[in-house]
Amino acid sequence: MTLTVDIRHRLGEFRLDIRFETAGGLVALLGRSGSGKTSIINTIAGLIKPDAGFVSVDDMVLVDTERQFFVSPHLRRIGYVFQEGRLFPHLTVRQNLLYGRWFAPRGAGTDFDGVVDLLGIGALLERRPARLSGGEKQRVAIGRALLAKPRLLLMDEPLASLDEARKAEILPYIEKLRDQASVPIVYVSHSISEVARLASTIVLVSEGKLAAVGPTAQIMHRLDLFPLTGRAEAGALVEASVERHDEQFGLTELRSRAGLWKLPRLDVPIGVRLRLRVRARDVMIATSPPSDLSALNVLGGLVSDIGSSHGAIVEVRLDCGGDVLIARLTRYSVQRLGLARGTRVYALIKSVALDRRSLSGPIRGISGADAAADEV
Amino acid sequence: MDWISLSPEEWTAVRLSIRVAVVATLVGLPFGLLVALALARGRFWGHSLLNGFVLLPLILPPVVTGYVLLLLFGRRGPIGSFLAEHFGIVFSFRWTGAALACGVMGFPLMVRALRLSIEAVDPRLEEAAGTLGANRAWIFLTVTLPLIVPGIITGMILCFAKAMGEFGATITFVSNIPGETQTLPSAIYTLTQVPGGDAGALRLTIVSVIIAMLALLASELMARYANRRLEVE
Repeated sequence: MTLTVDIRHRLGEFRLDIRFETAGGLVALLGRSGSGKTSIINTIAGLIKPDAGFVSVDDMVLVDTERQFFVSPHLRRIGYVFQEGRLFPHLTVRQNLLYGRWFAPRGAGTDFDGVVDLLGIGALLERRPARLSGGEKQRVAIGRALLAKPRLLLMDEPLASLDEARKAEILPYIEKLRDQASVPIVYVSHSISEVARLASTIVLVSEGKLAAVGPTAQIMHRLDLFPLTGRAEAGALVEASVERHDEQFGLTELRSRAGLWKLPRLDVPIGVRLRLRVRARDVMIATSPPSDLSALNVLGGLVSDIGSSHGAIVEVRLDCGGDVLIARLTRYSVQRLGLARGTRVYALIKSVALDRRSLSGPIRGISGADAAADEV
Repeated sequence: MDWISLSPEEWTAVRLSIRVAVVATLVGLPFGLLVALALARGRFWGHSLLNGFVLLPLILPPVVTGYVLLLLFGRRGPIGSFLAEHFGIVFSFRWTGAALACGVMGFPLMVRALRLSIEAVDPRLEEAAGTLGANRAWIFLTVTLPLIVPGIITGMILCFAKAMGEFGATITFVSNIPGETQTLPSAIYTLTQVPGGDAGALRLTIVSVIIAMLALLASELMARYANRRLEVE
């Protein structure tokens, strides 16, 4: 799938002027509230008619203001999962799910039982939306959009109205959707942790304009974008595979290019590839190999970049055998340790800092006290 | 207990009144829906003018409304003669004229109820239906219409009640002909004008109260059913 967006639109004082092109998978539109993310997907869906511009999905042109061309929303076959669900209150869950069936093309593709199964909503079919929890409503809304057999699925902060526990309940379904349903997704979010877990591509939006676009890890590892991606939650992405389980101490060992990682026991078969998010604030730096230390993960590498900052805190990027790690340090520490590009250092990460929320991939659960507290 | 049973003439007035009110309500409903939709959703030149025009019968003296109907829909009126010539529909001094007068008088009440319920429908639900592939007509039938059912019930009951009680416009437009245009209120009025008509007037009054109560009860039950279906939180 190729999505091309090139639009200019005025909404009162706000000006949207953005242009980007992305390939398939899950594309995240990331940006602060009010940066124009929702306006962008509303334009893709046809709910906003831009003042000027061009939108296309693959070779189907949806908007081309130069040719006075505009496809009505109902003819676009673009699914939309709204922030607030927007289920029809007068219909049961089953009727809601089947609403789009009349307009969808017949034949192969998403089948009812498959979608119900994927989203785990089989027990809710005869209920009415008013009797569903927030998380259940969002799952039904996702199913309803999928069953209309969209060529593209838009999701507008589908987790924003949910508490942490409900978010943890839905995220695995969205991961499954991304991996199994083979529908390209455009996902709007302001949460870097959601995006780090889900996205293959990030479109970073700021004040109605494009700030950056690229593969998720590449965008997340750029120190200069931290003010936009969210400094507090900033971190690096590491691809790792499960190497061994240590039953005696309840640990799982992962192997990445940087070296060996020890995490609280994961319920994942050996060999499975996972994506690990290591938050910058959980990484410490030492300039000599440390001993007598409780932290189990010690990874050697070179400083590849130091962020510019005049405040107390500064981010340091490391290259650990091809993997990127980011550490959040005080400017004082950076000076005291004499860090500069090319300095040989050791990154220290506590195993317990790497919890379920920092992992994505085919994981069923995680054992250990931390994980239990995390899954409340 | 003999005084309580209605005379044949009185029965005729009751039946006629119900027929007139039912026809006025049912025929008025589609027009009411169109006008309410235009007022609730439409943005066009003359919006306030249409709104004022619809509300007019509520404010004008009923006799004036009846006289305007006579001028427009009477045998020589521009609309009346046209309808009689091309469709064979005659209003003057017929029960159909009574239904028209009652419908016109009940129309503002019906439109008001429909408009309020249409304005209460969340347009974001209709937007959602659009993204699922439904065109405008289908969205109206499957989303908007089911959601305004309580408003439709309220509007119809209000219109029916107004039609049952309509007097001034009816008597001005189509007079007071027993068996043809003499509805309940006209019959009661006539009975109070003749010596010895008190008992008849009282009987018809009781019938009026019963019908009004039944209509209210029916609307209550239907609204409750509709609300349960919608499960308004």
